[in-house]
Amino acid sequence: MEFDLKTQTVRDVNQALHDLPKDQETEVVVNNISGDHNLAVGMDQPAKITLNGHAGYYCAGMNKEAEIVVNGNVGQGVAENMMSGKVHIKGNASQSAAATAHGGLLVVDGDAAARCGISMKGVNIVVKGSVGHMSAFMGQAGCLVVCGDAGDALGDSLYEAHLYVKGKVESLGADCVQKEMRAEHIEELSALLKQAGCDDNPEDFTRYGSGRNLYNFKVDNTSAY
Amino acid sequence: MTMEKPGLIESATFSRDVINEIQRAADTGIYDIRGFGAKRKVPHFDDLLFLGASMSRYPLEGYREKCGTDVILGTRFAKKPIKLDTVVTIAGMSFGALSANAKEALGRGANIAGTSTTTGDGGMTPEERQNSKTLVYQYLPSRYGMNPDDLRKADAIEVVLGQGAKPGGGGMLLGQKITDRVAKMRTLPKGIDQRSACRHPDWTGPDDLAIKIQELREITDWQVPIYIKVGATRTYYDVKLAVKAGADVIVVDGMQGGTAATQDVFIEHVGIPTMAAIPQAVRALQEMGMHRKVQLIVSGGIRSGADVAKCMALGADAVAIGTAALVALGCNHPKWDDEYQKIGSAAGFYDDYHEGKCPAGISTQDPDLASRLDPVDAGRRLANYLNVLTLEAQTLARACGKSHLHNLEPEDLVALNVEAAAMAGVPLAGTDWIPGKSGY
Repeated sequence: MEFDLKTQTVRDVNQALHDLPKDQETEVVVNNISGDHNLAVGMDQPAKITLNGHAGYYCAGMNKEAEIVVNGNVGQGVAENMMSGKVHIKGNASQSAAATAHGGLLVVDGDAAARCGISMKGVNIVVKGSVGHMSAFMGQAGCLVVCGDAGDALGDSLYEAHLYVKGKVESLGADCVQKEMRAEHIEELSALLKQAGCDDNPEDFTRYGSGRNLYNFKVDNTSAY
Repeated sequence: MTMEKPGLIESATFSRDVINEIQRAADTGIYDIRGFGAKRKVPHFDDLLFLGASMSRYPLEGYREKCGTDVILGTRFAKKPIKLDTVVTIAGMSFGALSANAKEALGRGANIAGTSTTTGDGGMTPEERQNSKTLVYQYLPSRYGMNPDDLRKADAIEVVLGQGAKPGGGGMLLGQKITDRVAKMRTLPKGIDQRSACRHPDWTGPDDLAIKIQELREITDWQVPIYIKVGATRTYYDVKLAVKAGADVIVVDGMQGGTAATQDVFIEHVGIPTMAAIPQAVRALQEMGMHRKVQLIVSGGIRSGADVAKCMALGADAVAIGTAALVALGCNHPKWDDEYQKIGSAAGFYDDYHEGKCPAGISTQDPDLASRLDPVDAGRRLANYLNVLTLEAQTLARACGKSHLHNLEPEDLVALNVEAAAMAGVPLAGTDWIPGKSGY
């Protein structure tokens, strides 16, 4: 199945995608994307979708089951609130990538901007480049793997998300601390790197997590809030 | 000033309540957090009166001549607008803040009365969906429990930017209410304080919001209405921006609106009264040619059919009730007074919703307390109350000669004082003077 956004609308494409059968895997190609927003959002089918071009905001938003590849860059909120499936960005991602996502895997071959993984709730994210400031802010669950560097305030107000960074971290956010890399973490990270097609050595990464000091409101922590 | 006995004069500045609060702050080192809405006296609908028909207006016969109360919400873009029998709807309140029985009761009551109810922070529970014929799904900054399956089950989606009790503030569900079920729904550890963010994580400003709304429409194939809810502050501008962002329905929540847990200083000192917000919202809609095309729902301190009718007269299409709905279920009922006393409160005063000790079984996650609320009985009570609100509003509309609640108009109202006249934009009673509009 093939679509062309020179002659068809985002609505046409999304409706056709939503009408795909749920019990079989369909291959779909969408060509001539030029910054269009809200492409392939709300998928609930095991389709394999290839998007050729640069996509706008919320590409693959709330994805379930589908495997979506973007041959280009993506705008704000790619794979936001994803539940399952896989989204692979061959270029760079703008801010709030995989925001609040509950499951699935997001792979960004390039860099991801600010707030990557904000309020993440179980998604796994692998960024082969670097991430911007406030990434994994209030991250609740899941893993953020950064093969490059991380910007300011990584993991600010973090809950139980696991953060792995290979490069330099500009600064850690409130209550985010460096943690020991134990065997189970090496195992977890190795699996994620493999799924993302990375050949980086897990031993080269540093793990960060919540200090759990801000879990319950305490007056003495006022300066940390 | 209150005089206990001659010679004892209470300070207007340092009243006993103020002194008590200073001493409480000194004892604990933390601000007061509580539920309920603003308790201070602000200009409200009690400051407005209807001008019943006489020589110059023709009244309708009570109990005989029809006075419509229905409303259709979401006619701008949605393929399936919501049709309700009454203009009184149930505002968003979360499972977590409220017990599952309370949420079920809200749905049952709304069903009987032919209106809608609304989810809250924390997502949609199966009981709530099952027992709510028309359910509005809130889309909040925290996105706790947010999932596309529930989104597609909703009859409408409400994008929440703020609420009247705390415009510009997020929320906090304190650890004592975080049971296993609440923790699982929110993907967070049991027993920790759960912060709800004050800003959405993936958009900033009205231009982004327009794209976000389109995303929600695409996911739901443009089937259901999309509301935008704002706390009443800069209402005129917020409403214009909400229209531009593509809202089908705009919800404006005034400062008297309730909350499950917010700092007292926030509840009492941020936002504007509901009555003051409506004319701003209506003016914004009228200037854009969108009044009655983008529907306006008003909430915040609505208690009676008179309040409902006054909202309609000022230009609202519907209202939403929260605190009053909980009271109808049994919150603050005198039969629990002994138990309220045990936890340092009293029936009629209880506002510590955040502590999870609600004797009525409403704002709690304690299974024993929650079991005190029979959702069928409480739902019936709510339906009775909703019917009374509707009947009262009808009564007033008929007296003004109106065959539908939506035919009420500002010309049917006068104000009892200058402040209300200025805020509501109606004449001071017995005069033609509208402060700021006519004369000086």
